[in-house]
Formats: sequence, C-alpha cells, structure tokens
Amino acid sequence: MASIAELLEGKRVCICAGSGGVGKTTSAAAIAAGMAARGKRVAVLTIDPAKRLADSLGMPELGNVERRVDPELFAAAGIDPGTGELWAMMLDAKQTFDEVIRKNAPDAETRERILSNRIYQQLSAALAGSQEYMAMEKLYEIHADDRYDLLVLDTPPSPNALDFLDAPRRLLQFIEGRALQVFLKPTGLGMRVFGRGASVMFSILRRITGVDLLEDLAEFFGAFGGMVGGFRERARRVGELLADPETSFVLVCGAQDEPVAQALRFHDKLVESKLPFAGAIVNKVHYGGELGSEGADLVPALRAELGDDGLARRVAANFADFTALASHDRHNIERLAAALGTDAVIEVPYLDHDVHDLSGLVEINRYLFASGEKERAVTVAR
Amino acid sequence: MPGLLDKRLVIVTGKGGVGKSTVSLALARAAARRGMRTILCEVSAQEHLSQVFHRAQVGYHEVELDEDLWAISIDPDESMREYVLLQLKVRAMRDLLFRLPVFTYLAAATPGLKELVTIGKIWELTLDDRKVKGGERYDLVVVDAPASGHGAGFLQTPRTFANVARVGPMRQQAETLDAFIRDRRRTGVAVVALPEEMPVNETAALERELADRVGVEVTRIFCNGLYPERFAESELELVGSVAEREARPEAVGAGAEREARLVRAACRAALSESGRATDQRHQLARLEESCAAPVTRLPYLFAPELGAEEIDVLADRVA
Repeated sequence: MASIAELLEGKRVCICAGSGGVGKTTSAAAIAAGMAARGKRVAVLTIDPAKRLADSLGMPELGNVERRVDPELFAAAGIDPGTGELWAMMLDAKQTFDEVIRKNAPDAETRERILSNRIYQQLSAALAGSQEYMAMEKLYEIHADDRYDLLVLDTPPSPNALDFLDAPRRLLQFIEGRALQVFLKPTGLGMRVFGRGASVMFSILRRITGVDLLEDLAEFFGAFGGMVGGFRERARRVGELLADPETSFVLVCGAQDEPVAQALRFHDKLVESKLPFAGAIVNKVHYGGELGSEGADLVPALRAELGDDGLARRVAANFADFTALASHDRHNIERLAAALGTDAVIEVPYLDHDVHDLSGLVEINRYLFASGEKERAVTVAR
Repeated sequence: MPGLLDKRLVIVTGKGGVGKSTVSLALARAAARRGMRTILCEVSAQEHLSQVFHRAQVGYHEVELDEDLWAISIDPDESMREYVLLQLKVRAMRDLLFRLPVFTYLAAATPGLKELVTIGKIWELTLDDRKVKGGERYDLVVVDAPASGHGAGFLQTPRTFANVARVGPMRQQAETLDAFIRDRRRTGVAVVALPEEMPVNETAALERELADRVGVEVTRIFCNGLYPERFAESELELVGSVAEREARPEAVGAGAEREARLVRAACRAALSESGRATDQRHQLARLEESCAAPVTRLPYLFAPELGAEEIDVLADRVA
C-alpha cells in the first residue's frame, strides 16, 4: 500500500475525482491538511463542503477567495506544521464565470450585454459542465499565481465523474455555437446554403421554441463573438495544466460494486486522454475478522466470555454481517487494484464516527499517509 | 399519512450515493405488488434496474420487468425526437429538422431543454390518454430523478425554461409541466437521505429550496441505511472489556488463539456498530427536526449487493 505523500511527491496539483457520495470532499481536505502538516503551503478548493467541516476550518462561505486555516487548529490537533500552511476556498462557479467575463470582455458594453443576457445567466448557473469547467478555471488561475506548493481540487458533485473531464469540450461547443451562428445571421452562410430551406427552418424552430429564445441566443452569440478566441485559448491552457506531469489525478471511491466500476471507467478515460493518474483512495472500507472466518460459529466462545447467550448471538450475528461486507469490499479492492495495474490503492476504513473537523481529518490521515508495514498492521487490525 | 402510492407520479430525488435508485425501485415494487400498473423511469441511463432484474438493458421503451412492474430509461435525445414528432405532424418537416446540425445544437445547448423534454416524457407517461401510439395507462409513475448535484436542479427546469422562452409553444409546454410538478394532489416528491451530517443538512436545504424556488412541497423523506440498534447501553461495557482483553493463558494452540482473536474482533465490531447506530439516531433526530415532511426509516441492508429479495424487504417499508 502506498502513501498519499509518496504519490504526490513532486506534484503541484492534485485533482480528487469520483462520483457523488464517496467522501471526495473529506478526502481532498484530509490530503491538503496532511500535506500542510508536512511543511507544504497547500490550498484546497472545494465546491460543496459540509457546513460543519467548512465552519471548523474557518472557510468563508462567500467571496470566492481562499482563506488560511488558523494554525492554532493544527497546534490543537497536536501537529507542528513548521513552514506548512493550509488555505481553503469554497468555489462559486457562477461568480468565477462572471469574473472570467469581466476579465476577458473587450469593453464595458460587451461585458454588460453578456452579464445581463438571460441565456448567459442560465448558462453560467445551470449548463451541464459549467460548474466543472469553472473549477478548472479557478484552479488554473490560482496555479498561475504560484503562491502554493500544492493545490488540491475537490471536483464538483456530478452524478457521473466523467462529466468533469468532458466539461471544457461541452462548454466550448456551446460558446463557439458555430452551427447556430451560421444559422442566425440572416445574410450569413446559412441563408445562402439553405436558401428557402432556411426560412422554413426558422418557422419550424419558431413554432417549437418561441421566437424570443432564438433572439436571446442570437444576442448572446453576438455579444460573445469577440471573446470566443480568448476563451478557446484559455481552455487550451487549462487543458495543458490538467495534463502536466506535475498534476495528478487521485480517484476517490467506495468499495461497493458501482463506485468501483465508476472509478475504473474514469481511469480508462484518464488513460485515453493521456492525463496523469496517481492512485486511488477507497473510503469506508469495512474490516471484520479475517479472511476465511465467514461461517465460523463464534457463539459458544462468545457465550463463554460474555456469559449471556442472547448477547453472544447478537454479537456473532453483527460480526457475520460485517465480515460479509468486509470480504465483499476486499474482493472489490483487489479487483480495482488489478484493473488499475497499481498497488497505489489506499484504503480508509469505515470510521466509527463522521468527520467534521481538523482532528477528524488527522484521523483519516493515519491511513492516507501510512505506508510502512507497521501502519498497515494497525489498519488491518481495526 | 397520505400515501405516496395514492399519487399518480412520485419523483424520488436526493444526493448521489444515498440509495435513491434503490428506494425508487422499492416504491415501484410496492405499488406493483398492490396490483397497480406501475412504471419506473430512470433518467440518466444509470441502468441499475437491469442489474437487479438481470436484464440486458432497459432502454427507451417500456419493458415489463415483473408483473405490473414496467421500466423505461428516458434518453433526452429520444424524448426530443418524440416531442417534435408530436408537435409537427408533417413528416418532411421533421426529417428536415433532424437533419440540420443547428437543431441538434440547439437541443444540446439550450439551458434546460434536455431536462424539459425529459420531464415532458414523464408527463406523457402519466396521462390517462397516452399520446404515444399504443401507449397504455399507468396507475403510478415513479421517477428516479438525477442526483441533485446542487439544489433543486431537475425539478426547477420547467420554471427555468419558462423564463428563457418568453413566448411560444415551448413556453406553454414548460408552464404546463411546471404546474404538473407542483400539483400536490397528483404529484408526490420523495427525498432520500442518509443519517449522516452532510446528507441531513442537504436534505433540509433541498426541502426549503424546493418550496421557495419551485413551489413544491416534499411529500416524504426516506432516511436510508439505518443500522439496527442491536446492543443496549448496559451491554457495551461488558462487550468492551472482552474486546480489550489480553489473550488468555489457557488459550493454547493455533485454533484457540485464532478463535480468541475472532471473539475480540467480533466484540470490536459490536462496539463499532453501536457507535455508528448511536450517531445515526442523533442524525435521524436532526433530520426529523429540521424537515417539515414526515420521515420514513429504512434499514441498512447487510447484503453486499442488493437483489430482488432485498428490494422486497424495502418495498414493505416504503409504502
């Protein structure tokens, strides 16, 4: 079993990817806290942290800027981070999009036209992919400032992890809107090519969508036209950062069939896109007894120890339940490691309590940052 | 409590990873077992159903999984096609439309259009007099809605869309769908939550957001994955002392040593389960306190993967 510190050796960016509900935000925060505790200047960018975790780290809810986590919190958790610093930020996709428009608009008039356009307003808040892309955009921006040794990005909570990698393409496709631009200009190519067909098209689309929708779209592309080149260039550089050898993707998943299958699909996509994969974190792993202990009848031995038959039976039944889960988890983790072709699969046990503060993150880091035999023994014994 | 199964449509929502698909299936199963002709709609091609019922694929057509239990996987592109088909009776116009890249583009790029036609299809499924050729009436439509990545999302779409398209037939359509979603008599909304800190907060926030932004009242909240309370407080000390006990001197031989180790592990597992169960009860209380809708408790199922048998266990509880 590798340690996350080894996997992130020499890396400047760590992207935590995975489907919803697998503990991605907690893992990202734990990685950042652990690396800060090891003397690095680290910033964690997260979309949707649990309020208690955000509060306990002093993460501001608004503002779209990173804030330093109070060093006193480390001291209270018994950690001396030395030169290390932990910064945290709650990312606001809509606000990031607005910032990008403000920065790139050629003039004030264009800027206002875009920001007040209803298509833009819906797009920046709702279009699939815009939140994902804006996370990358912010990552790029902070990376360019070069203030941190390591940036940890918690990807947005999309139902499908693959949406993240697909986001720049989808957003660009929309913004470029070539098909529509051609069509919308009455004197443009569309009219010349389709002739009368185009006016029929117009009337059909009118019937289906309503005229105003088309007008708003035309207005949007009219205003956006001059910025498309800059946007495309920006997206290209964001793409380069994702593919940089100093970037690494860490897959976060659970040990059940579906999350493991999702993680494998994501890994395939990373390989296909030539993006740097570092390893996987499997959260909430059940440990129980030892392999092969399924079916062992512990009731007599438990009865002897506990002196209560009913209690002994309940303890045994509970143990059997957890042992079944544990052996299923073990099987899935082995399958995952084999398919990934790596031993860089880090297991975090199903902890007895939820994590919502720095000391909880420190607890998780006993597993994330464990690499030797001794630590493994501790892990397995749980 | 007015039953979810008395509605015509039940939309099941919640964050990713909370068991939304399982609860949807259990609801549909419960209705089917009462003899209601029921259809379960998957929205984003998740194909959970085919796993449970060992079918190749559900796909965009109504298939019968079991007696009175039907399923469909709603694909937005297919819904769009069907929508246009119903709007435009002239075949040549339809063909022209689908051939043009601009149409595909418009369909893909207009914010909310895909979700709108998806909801449009769901609406079509609830009609007494189905619009689709050969379509039969269903007593209940259960929708496994896409995970609410952020807030009300999916259910808000018709309203969002009505704001984008100010006039025209699509606006009318969007308004019809919005009214349909908000019709408390016919439409029920269930939110699935887990008894954990963040899902509880999110469920309470989602309930408020649905009320404020969509005008939808949550009918029922399901608290999923509750551990059984197997051990009494008074028993834990004893179990704890065994968990911590050193190996006994008389336990000699590999077999006895292994057994003693397993006994300790079993006691540790009991403590761990008990700790989790206590935390969960605390979160369940928070959920009940912070939400207006009634909360139904669903047990954690220890089967590593869920099959038809486990779904039936849940079906008994959800209705």
